[in-house]
Amino acid sequence: MDIGKILLEKEPFSDIMMGNAAVVRAMIEAGVEVVTTYPGSPTPEIAEAARAVLKYESPFYFEYSTNEKVAAEVAFGASLNGRLSVVFFKSVGLNVASDSVVQFSLLEPQGGLVIILGDDPGANSSQNEQDNRHFARMTNIPVLEPADPQQVYEMFIEAVEISVENKMPVFLRMTTHVCHAKSRVSFGDRTIVRSGRGPSFDPDFGEYIPLTSAVAPMKKRSILKLGKIRERSENSRFNYLTDRNASKGIIICGLPSLSLSDLLSEIEDKPDVLTIGMVWPLPLSFICDFCENHDEVLIIEELDDFIEKEVKAAAFDRGLKLKIIGKTEPDDFIGELNQQNLRHFINSKWPELGLKSPAVPLSALTEIKPRPAQLCPGCGHRSAFYAIKKALKEDDITVADIGCHTLGYMRPYEFGKVLLSMGHSNGTGAGLSLFNRTRRIVTILGDSTFFHAGLPGIINAVRNNHDITLIVMENGTTAMTGHQDHAGSKADSESGKKKISIKAVLEGLGVEAVYEVDTYSQSSLTKAVDDALAVKGFSVAIARHPCMLKFTRENRHRGITPDRQAGIDPAKCKNIEACIKVFGCPSFMVNKETGSISVNKELCIGDGSCVQVCPVSAIGIKKKNEAEHE
Amino acid sequence: MNNTELKNLSLNIYMSGVGGQGIGVLSEVLIRAYDDAGYEVKGVDTHGLAQRGGKVESHLRIGGPAGSPLIEPGTADIAVCLERTEAYRALVTYLKPGGVLIYYNTSWQSLNVRIGDEKEVTEALIKTEAENRTSSVYEILTENLPDVRLQNIGLLAGALREDLLPGLASANIENALQVLFSGDVLSSNLEILSG
Repeated sequence: MDIGKILLEKEPFSDIMMGNAAVVRAMIEAGVEVVTTYPGSPTPEIAEAARAVLKYESPFYFEYSTNEKVAAEVAFGASLNGRLSVVFFKSVGLNVASDSVVQFSLLEPQGGLVIILGDDPGANSSQNEQDNRHFARMTNIPVLEPADPQQVYEMFIEAVEISVENKMPVFLRMTTHVCHAKSRVSFGDRTIVRSGRGPSFDPDFGEYIPLTSAVAPMKKRSILKLGKIRERSENSRFNYLTDRNASKGIIICGLPSLSLSDLLSEIEDKPDVLTIGMVWPLPLSFICDFCENHDEVLIIEELDDFIEKEVKAAAFDRGLKLKIIGKTEPDDFIGELNQQNLRHFINSKWPELGLKSPAVPLSALTEIKPRPAQLCPGCGHRSAFYAIKKALKEDDITVADIGCHTLGYMRPYEFGKVLLSMGHSNGTGAGLSLFNRTRRIVTILGDSTFFHAGLPGIINAVRNNHDITLIVMENGTTAMTGHQDHAGSKADSESGKKKISIKAVLEGLGVEAVYEVDTYSQSSLTKAVDDALAVKGFSVAIARHPCMLKFTRENRHRGITPDRQAGIDPAKCKNIEACIKVFGCPSFMVNKETGSISVNKELCIGDGSCVQVCPVSAIGIKKKNEAEHE
Repeated sequence: MNNTELKNLSLNIYMSGVGGQGIGVLSEVLIRAYDDAGYEVKGVDTHGLAQRGGKVESHLRIGGPAGSPLIEPGTADIAVCLERTEAYRALVTYLKPGGVLIYYNTSWQSLNVRIGDEKEVTEALIKTEAENRTSSVYEILTENLPDVRLQNIGLLAGALREDLLPGLASANIENALQVLFSGDVLSSNLEILSG
């Protein structure tokens, strides 16, 4: 199946499609010209689908930008020139982008601008589960929230219409299991043909300098526009009523509305349901009419009480007398409203509705320990952690950052004890180094994060002479999110993409002590970290090894499979288990009855990074067929 | 199967394994196979840190009344699992009492097991737990697979042989594979399917 070809279909069609791919078809139908992003779950598949399209046609320009703020600015700049533009990133990406995004609706992006947010209720792959609807209120940016892939497609088209018509940015908020949901989606045809317009930027369209006295009229204009969009929301087909003449009503939005329909199928006396697809500005007249016709209304929304507070305020202004029930308990604000959590929520508010008890109690689900994520077989980070820890003392303080190497905080490495956000490590590390002459500070950064948000912290440490040793984990890719290129990835002469050398950047910043070691050379890396730690002030060890998951995958696509595998010599093995308890490669298995260690042939890639670890030299690397005969 | 039965089929299939085992492909094949058989389908993969050896799940809901693509714990009719520990986890969380568990009988030991914090799940433990729940268990192991990434199709082939996938014929899976793959990958998958 070639998703690129399918998405470019000229005629209307339908196919099984993930939300993240359906939105790319919507971009093509709407005539989007510029698409930017910084990779982050749950949105990377949008980029994968967009890039698959570019193999055949160029309906839009696409780039992985350095970070979310730059990505948003590139999309904004393109829109100033009249280009319909899209930027997408994960939930916390909006924090990075927000310094610019908060100005967007003061100005008038001429070509249209849609910001796709991959929010993550449940924090499946994020450091928090922030509810980005709050940004809508702060920025005066409208929000549409689809519940399934069909709605993703339709709401993106709607977002474009609102944006172009009003010269306003629009948020399309897709939560994790909307991004990844798959179902059959019906698409339209491709009617929009780009006209080959030139760059149309004109400061008179603006103005575009939001300073001092210009701010007030700009802000007023955005509030007035939002009022106009509220009227659209009152009549939007995405806000709809399921009326059964019940005395009880539910107001709900997004994916939880589908969980609700599952639960309501259990009971005869169902409440009326008002489903909200346009969550900002809210259709408050429509909602108040609904409230007026019911004795009790339950408001169901994932994460924060965003809609609830608005509805309660509007009902108060209208003098409505009904009972509005919302969030009261801490748990009401936490996690995804899948069926089991929603069941718990409704049963705690409306036990009389008669929903069943859960088939499996929530407590039973948390009793089973989750399988901990671990670094892949052959991962250079594993070698690095093993070698770096040899250079550390027990009470040295290690600071984590975001990337695959974050997993170092877990056993057996336990490297990295505090985490905030992308690139925080050298700022936090600097603070930890103050009034501290006894405990050394070791920070970590991945190479993608180095460029994304790592540089200001490094520059601060250099300028202010903070005593920190930074380990840069350079694997040439943004590995955690599925191997996207970054500024330090290999150059591409065809597109003119340059590779920026991390070492040259550090030297340019005046970092005097920069060590470079391949992480598989474990003793050299230990020595490099030892030497770097001996340097007073800011020092760096670049621990380099290509991402082995990417490497083996690319090889496999070229028909090359690993032909070597680790083997354990039973005559030498003394069951010390350093390969498991210290090195922690998932390829080593223990026979729980005999205590003997063996290699899982389904996992081992024959990289050999484990060989140096065994104190009795029992691990060897052999040709695969020889290893199998053991 | 007649049309009435077709219309009334309502089925929740829960799939799980360890990141890297190919749950994504397994679910893509099944969702397309049921779509090919004429059912309304909804599915979703849940893969936070999946690539890094964590648990990976996929949910598939077949039939018109399904709302969310997610399955509620304790309501899966069938659990299809690629690894023994994850099969046990599926049995005690997602599978309904009296449901069917099909698993590929291989073990990817988690760190907790390897360092001795947790006991390894055995075939016997799964059998006993399944009996307590009146669920049935099918262990599948395909001999001489040329590539571990074909275990997912090996498992599907086994499930088809045992007639454990209601409403689905071998042709539906073949059609799904035809859509998803081509060349050598397609032929090796088809070969395993035909067993």
